[in-house]
Amino acid sequence: MKKIINLTINEQAYEIAVESNKTLADLLRYDLNLTGTKKGCDTGDCGACTVILDGDAVNSCLVLAVQADGAVVETIEGLATDKGLHPIQEAFVKTGAIQCGFCTPGMIMSTKNMLDKNPNPTEEEIRQGISGNLCRCTGYQKIFEAIDCQKS
Amino acid sequence: MKEYNTIRTRANRIDTPDKATGEAIYVDDISKPGMLFGALLQSPHAHAEILSIDTTEAEQLPGVKAVITSKETGAIPYGVSPARYDETVFATDKVRYVGDEIAAVAATSLDIALKAVELIKVEYKILPAVFTIEDAIKEDAPQLHEKYKGNLTAEVHQEFGDVEKGLKESDIIKTTTVKNKRQDGAFIEMQGCIAEFDRRDNLTLTSGTQVPHYVQRTVAMVMGMDIGKVRVKKPYLGAGFGIKAAANPMELACCFLARETKKPVKMNYTREQVFKLCRARHQFTHTITTGAKKDGTLVALKHECTLDGGAYSSFGIATVYYAGSLLGGPYKLPNMSYEGFRVYNNKPACGAQRGHGAVIARACFEQQLDIIAEELGMDPMELRIKNMMKKGDTTCNDLNMSSFGMSECIDAVREGSDWDRKKGNMPAGKGIGMACGFFVSGAGFPIYRSDTYHGTVIVKLTEDGGTALVYTASAEIGQGSDTAFAMIAAEALGVPLNSVRLESGDTDMGVDLGAYSSRQTLMTGHATKEAAENVKSQVLEVLAEKLDTPVEEMDIKNGFIEFKNQTPDFSELRTTYIKEHRGWIDNPDSKKLTFKEASRIAYLEKGSIVGTGKYKPVFLGGKFKGAAVGTSPAYGCSAQVAEVTVDMGTGQVTIDNVTDAHDCGKAINMTSVEGQMEGSVSMGIGEAMHEEVIFDDKGNVLNNDLAEYKLVTAMDMPKVKTVVVESDEPNGPFGAKEVGEGAIMPTIPAILNAVYDAAGVRIYELPLTPERVFTAIQKYKEKKGAA
Repeated sequence: MKKIINLTINEQAYEIAVESNKTLADLLRYDLNLTGTKKGCDTGDCGACTVILDGDAVNSCLVLAVQADGAVVETIEGLATDKGLHPIQEAFVKTGAIQCGFCTPGMIMSTKNMLDKNPNPTEEEIRQGISGNLCRCTGYQKIFEAIDCQKS
Repeated sequence: MKEYNTIRTRANRIDTPDKATGEAIYVDDISKPGMLFGALLQSPHAHAEILSIDTTEAEQLPGVKAVITSKETGAIPYGVSPARYDETVFATDKVRYVGDEIAAVAATSLDIALKAVELIKVEYKILPAVFTIEDAIKEDAPQLHEKYKGNLTAEVHQEFGDVEKGLKESDIIKTTTVKNKRQDGAFIEMQGCIAEFDRRDNLTLTSGTQVPHYVQRTVAMVMGMDIGKVRVKKPYLGAGFGIKAAANPMELACCFLARETKKPVKMNYTREQVFKLCRARHQFTHTITTGAKKDGTLVALKHECTLDGGAYSSFGIATVYYAGSLLGGPYKLPNMSYEGFRVYNNKPACGAQRGHGAVIARACFEQQLDIIAEELGMDPMELRIKNMMKKGDTTCNDLNMSSFGMSECIDAVREGSDWDRKKGNMPAGKGIGMACGFFVSGAGFPIYRSDTYHGTVIVKLTEDGGTALVYTASAEIGQGSDTAFAMIAAEALGVPLNSVRLESGDTDMGVDLGAYSSRQTLMTGHATKEAAENVKSQVLEVLAEKLDTPVEEMDIKNGFIEFKNQTPDFSELRTTYIKEHRGWIDNPDSKKLTFKEASRIAYLEKGSIVGTGKYKPVFLGGKFKGAAVGTSPAYGCSAQVAEVTVDMGTGQVTIDNVTDAHDCGKAINMTSVEGQMEGSVSMGIGEAMHEEVIFDDKGNVLNNDLAEYKLVTAMDMPKVKTVVVESDEPNGPFGAKEVGEGAIMPTIPAILNAVYDAAGVRIYELPLTPERVFTAIQKYKEKKGAA
């Protein structure tokens, strides 16, 4: 049984019929081809599928698509513009904060959400801000550096 | 003029802008027209005979396109090393662990495929199962493999020098045993693949693998196909750490399903299945006896190790050798013996993980060195420096240190951590510890015995000369190898990095053994350098003729032709180029002849300019059994200092900071080297502090998710001070060698030594849970109180 939902993703309006058990992560990835959002567990543990839903960073694998009816969603695809990479993306590239890159979209979305809410986080706040995003490659060091240079 | 223009810089990686925007394509991001979805039926029992399999009901489910078992696939044995091919794609007579593959389904949706899997009826006869080494080696223990009696995958007996004599001559002898726990790779991208046949029976497998070449060979062998009919392509990969360094059963099942259905088939492991497959770090139990002279000179090392292997060999036959051979260095050790045993049991198979085979041996040995140092009244660093090998030294088991910046590493962490001021002066509950390590820079031999090249690379110039295309079958798995090879190609050819375009991870591009044993920078790097130099000389040879200037008097640097003496008149060449370049508005007007012009002229003369490069090590190692494992054309080395706080009331250990120095030879990309060092420290901390795969008494993984299997998070990670030490490796391209795996070696023992310094207790079992540390502290207090 499908339900029609309306939502805004990266400033574009969508009207879509979705199965009631489909997650937002699967909707983005498999129905809308927004594959920048990654899935590393499907159980809300790794943070790779982090998107910003009505202003809050969420694990999109734990949100049903129908719950996003009427919502405003930001995904990694919405960050870069025709002027180039978003400053956070630029910082991740420059500092070497990206290795395999699989956690990166989620990590960057958590970072953006953290900085949207708190443009000048302390080291502890930076650590907390991305504590729901697992990275097995970098040891987080260069991610901290990337975020640190984005403080206002 | 600078010696180098591209390498040894902090150039941005070529792959990370795409990764930052989510545009980089990983296997599950790919979809094919008409694509089916596959699912596996895996055994719910740890050990059982299969009496019958009935697939009728599954086949009848609408949407199901194929159900396959060993009846359809046959049962050609495969594995990692031909010496131990003990797996088949599907179980035939029995299952050996919870997760053993029995059948696979392809259907029009994943939901249907999963439903069909549930409809397959298997009749089992449950067999007694064994889950520990102790139970598996009992005389009447159930046997997993008929061919390998006593559940022994492999045993190793080696002696170099005379260990008993060495121990007799020693003034101090220490014996300790250290045990770790089974780890999981816990890469963030779960394995996935897509298999498809074209109408001419050529198979393309797109897979999340570290080793396209080995997967290609395994698939071709198991399916009875020519290697040339099988193409394996690796898209971007969410890391592997060794676990993805061999063909997995899902890849094979997927290929068979594609053959059966004539449709593209996609399969993915769930996180639970990643734990089921495992193939990660073994549980090792090392007992080491070290003998030393009063002055600290190491004399003899006697070593015994058992590996809890799981149901199949996987990389285990190499692991059991590595666990012994890599204690041969980095210290001078005239006498060393090793008895290694890898034991089968009814758990998922363990395999290779970062620091393959050597991490826990190092944890045991480096802790013992501190015990000896303390008893002799020596500073731990002094003991190590006293025994340290030097450049050019060869270990008792024939490993040659062709470059070795170990003393520089020790100096760097000594200074970087302020060791001399802190050691012995830490406040109560705080401690400082150090350790060293070394690791191969690429295995000396392929995993299958062969005289094959370990890497071949093609560099081709586009016909306008603007761009060099680099084709390599090597595997970018996150470590930055694509960037390293693009930088090497740019440097060797003499063009800017943005003039290089690189394609990798595709078996159609050549042979490359892939990303494991910390091998690519040295080996693929060599082949890349050779191919680029070949292209360069082809261009220069044409120029030599056209300009009547000897090749030796010319060079290419940063996109321009450099003439050592007078610049000859090249106006004719420029005119030719400009004629060729009609319509473009960027005609060259520089005083120097550009590479673009030169290579267009070369193309007009010779056709496509294609250069090839190849690499294989010279024959390495001694003649004894197992001499191949541990050999390498070069060795990376490292030293680390860890500072910890131990809560004496709760046993909670906090790592305050780490100072890490690694000799990677000449760093191709400094930022990437640091990234490998920091990532290694993080993985080492995870293993030291909390990572442990836990089973119930039926062989099920209890903590099969990333919530209960504890990785290091942003909250746990201490500050790491990294110091890159650059020796000049004669066997490496531009002097480069490894960093990816070697950097993890000292992390665990440095932490263990720091915990002792803080709390006065030696911990011999990992991970350092508060309970374990607290219990040790209590025992220590009781002993102290009684004394």
